[in-house]
Amino acid sequence: MHELAVAQALVEQVDAVIDQHQASRATLIRVRIGPLAGVVPDLLATAFPLAAAGRRMEHADLEFTHAPIRVHCQTCGAETEAPMNRLLCGACGDWHTRIQSGDELLLESVELETAPALPLET
Amino acid sequence: MCDTCGCNLTPGNQHLAFKPVAKGATAVSVLKGLLAKNDDQAAHNREHFDRRAILAINLMSSPGSGKTALLEATLTALKDEFTCAVIEGDLETENDAERIRAKGVQAHQIVTGTACHLDAHLVHDALHHMTLDGIDLLFIENVGNLVCPASFDLGQHLNVTLLSVTEGDDKPAKYPVMFRAADAMLLTKTDLLAVLDDFDPDKAEAHLRNLANPAPVMRLSARKGMGMDAWLAWLREQLAAQRARVAKGQSRRPAIQADGMKYHKATA
Repeated sequence: MHELAVAQALVEQVDAVIDQHQASRATLIRVRIGPLAGVVPDLLATAFPLAAAGRRMEHADLEFTHAPIRVHCQTCGAETEAPMNRLLCGACGDWHTRIQSGDELLLESVELETAPALPLET
Repeated sequence: MCDTCGCNLTPGNQHLAFKPVAKGATAVSVLKGLLAKNDDQAAHNREHFDRRAILAINLMSSPGSGKTALLEATLTALKDEFTCAVIEGDLETENDAERIRAKGVQAHQIVTGTACHLDAHLVHDALHHMTLDGIDLLFIENVGNLVCPASFDLGQHLNVTLLSVTEGDDKPAKYPVMFRAADAMLLTKTDLLAVLDDFDPDKAEAHLRNLANPAPVMRLSARKGMGMDAWLAWLREQLAAQRARVAKGQSRRPAIQADGMKYHKATA
């Protein structure tokens, strides 16, 4: 349900990127989401058109990059993949681990269409 | 939040930082947290708290697990010791704020309408309706929900997640995003354990450890006054730690965001 709030934040950020690069519109938006971010890509994709209506990215494609969960074990030093509710070391089974990836909620990149150059006055 | 120095890069995403530019278009690498605006507001809220040496605690749980009952018992127990204030978040009604005010404690009710979580902006608006001077402890009672509130930093220093024994001991395994964010997990309504044969507190704790979370687990019943001493002692300890941090010009973010800080140090 909170995906609409996330979609609105995404629209504002893409808007800022469009301004920053003096572009006319965004054509592709890539978002990187890990399972531990608590945001469901499908729901975000459903909410995005509502948040983007009438904005300069309303026709942009929204692409998701999946971020697999990887944990680094503080006991044995191994880095392994883990399911979201068992963040244990895949090598030694210890629970003293740190997340290396899988909790991202990132605007990764945006493809922009640049505004056509204004005709020069002669 | 930083757009320029690359401190948003983590070991998990650094290979994405440089993208080839597609023909006819400009590809811009952003790598900025989607909730950066909320996080900026949260940092601002945290400054409000730190300036006054307030300890801010975000209480999260499912609806009906006893957040307000815990607050009532806590505020009564601490009334001669600390000045407390409460921000209540609910979709509708002033009921919870009224329960807190009946204890003689300042309370502001945020009515979210349809929103399923509090965010940093809602909390900031609430702070401007409150008198913060002289407050020691601020409790933010989030909307009852084990999903959405976990994704939004409010500016709190600590997350406390409640799990009532009527809910099932595998909740941390079912809602890992929420329980991973907990700086303390409270098992509430433990007076009912005597009549429930399917809730094992040790199992609940084991599920929390499976999320690589070292947070303390406290078992209590606010209504029957069981186990409250450990919780109150933890609060006193955390308030003393907050005052020590403020004296050194430091602050603290809840468990999850601390991971992000680590990456900032490693890559900035």
